[in-house]
Amino acid sequence: MDASAPANDILLEVEDLTKHFILHGDLFSKLAGEKAQTLKAVDGISFHIRKGETLGLVGESGCGKSTTARLITRLVEPTSGEIRLKDEDLLAFSTERMQEVRKEIQLVFQDPYSSLNPRKTIMQILSRPLEIHGLVDSWVEKRERVLELLRYVGLGIEHIDRYPHEFSGGQRQRIAIARALSVNPELVIGDEPVSALDVSIQAQILNLFRELQQEFDLTYLFIAHDLSVIRHISDRVAVMYIGKIVETGPADKLFLDPLHPYTKALLLAVPDADPDKPPPKLTLKGEVSTPIDPPPGCRLCGRCPVETKICGEVDPELVEVGDGRHVACHNL
Amino acid sequence: MPEPVLEIEDLTVRFHLKRGELTAVDGVSLSIQKGETFGLVGESGSGKTVTARSIMRLIPIPPGEIANGAIRFEGENVLDKTDAEMRELRGQKIAMVFQEPMSALNPVFSIGSQIIDALRTNLGMNKQEARERCIELLQIVGIPSPERRIKSYVHEFSGGMRQRVMLAMALSCDPTFLIADEPTTALDVTIQATILELIESMIERFHMSLIFITHNLGVVAHACDNIGVMYASHLVELGTKNEIFRDPQHPYTIGLLNSIPRLDTQKEFLTPIEGLVCNMLEPPAGCKFHPRCDHAMDICGREIPQMKEIAPGHFSACHLHEQT
Repeated sequence: MDASAPANDILLEVEDLTKHFILHGDLFSKLAGEKAQTLKAVDGISFHIRKGETLGLVGESGCGKSTTARLITRLVEPTSGEIRLKDEDLLAFSTERMQEVRKEIQLVFQDPYSSLNPRKTIMQILSRPLEIHGLVDSWVEKRERVLELLRYVGLGIEHIDRYPHEFSGGQRQRIAIARALSVNPELVIGDEPVSALDVSIQAQILNLFRELQQEFDLTYLFIAHDLSVIRHISDRVAVMYIGKIVETGPADKLFLDPLHPYTKALLLAVPDADPDKPPPKLTLKGEVSTPIDPPPGCRLCGRCPVETKICGEVDPELVEVGDGRHVACHNL
Repeated sequence: MPEPVLEIEDLTVRFHLKRGELTAVDGVSLSIQKGETFGLVGESGSGKTVTARSIMRLIPIPPGEIANGAIRFEGENVLDKTDAEMRELRGQKIAMVFQEPMSALNPVFSIGSQIIDALRTNLGMNKQEARERCIELLQIVGIPSPERRIKSYVHEFSGGMRQRVMLAMALSCDPTFLIADEPTTALDVTIQATILELIESMIERFHMSLIFITHNLGVVAHACDNIGVMYASHLVELGTKNEIFRDPQHPYTIGLLNSIPRLDTQKEFLTPIEGLVCNMLEPPAGCKFHPRCDHAMDICGREIPQMKEIAPGHFSACHLHEQT
């Protein structure tokens, strides 16, 4: 995807999206007069996804990537910011309208064990969204559609009356993908959809995501912590660190020539499955700091190898650096 | 030829479950030299953890049963040892680090008191000596201000710090052999990198041998000298790190290496291993991998292939090797 594509190509646009959770603490801390703390899970992020593209969102645990997914689907209400789907303000929608719009945005979760109801058969699981959105008129039509969905994800008629526990992790993830596809969505958000799978199965599911994208012209927001998975699946990548996007850009460029010190460090820390490559090492100091009442300035302060005085005072903006890339760093 | 520290010979471990009999480890043989880091890789359910736990005799019996084989540690079969001898071995020679430090450490005692306890029980130190040694150990594993942190509880530590505490605990008895079972799997990559570095510096400093269990091929590519690949209870390939990554022989190892996405190249589609791992309660006859194997022949469905030495020290269990 090149940066000069027309603007009406944009399916989803997120601007200055923020989610702060207020931590009130327990009774004792209240009695002691301690003030409530603010956990800045997502702190003013902006990005867009073009139609048919895959945006990979990568970062370590607690960086806010899952919260971002939940905000876009309005499973969590944002503190502030804008989310526009096809130029419409998603946050202004009524509950009824939102219900309708949910059809356009579907989620696939990490854990296929807890995201499928153990008491329902695959037929019931896959037909429920069809019923809710009134997409089928008769039982025959419904069954036809469910069979079609199973076929898309590599399962068959023999699976239709079984329960989730009869399937392996990879097969369950196929069912979760079929459920997401059932309502013909435009955008599919995968929240770590392959993290719980073994490598040989992970490759099957990653291929399935790609096949389905080509067949149905789907747009993906793909969230993962595994950098090689993100590299494989994404057209463009956004790197998050403690509630902020620190770098975005086309996958090739970002992985071959990372610009932000955090992106660089992340890539050097990945052990490559090639003994000739340099061993993984950490170029940052210390550990991830907390998103609770973070100090002013760059979030990487105190860990960064290229930090200067201004980093502790001013929060760097995400600025364009050419080639469709954006970086938030004072010391490029 | 140096003396191996650990020799596993034809180990078979079964579990007698209500649903049937499950052979978790089937005829596994391997040996680990002094100072060697051995990587045991495989996907979930392949038997790598059961193999490692058998070394420590941590298999619950029943329902488990070590049906066959020998595990010789420093020349003595651990399977013949009494419980008291085993306790001594676990306390002083072999240590283990688990994936989940949260469940391996006791939440209601401070980490200091747990390590001090271990030192007093296993090495017979007095309270003061044990406390000093504990602080020293926490320092070695990189816990900042250990004099203060000695009083902290597990929940007060981050995932990476917990794993450091686990390592301090493992080091407490000066083990000669460390079993690390997916020690970095639950950690973020940046923290994983620091823990891997720490483990490497520890084995150098304490001249330990290490068995490293993981499903992450990237980790074994850097952390290990020799590698064993397991699939559905069998050890299917065994060789040096370079042999496994440069010249893999078993179709499963080849498939596994092909199926991982790479950081340096982008392909439109990956090459997965088709099909699913077999049901271990009703495994297929012959080679367990044959239903998923591109090269499967008639014999693969009938006979379990034996390990064959392809090159000195490089073994693979596949009927293809018999043909050439």
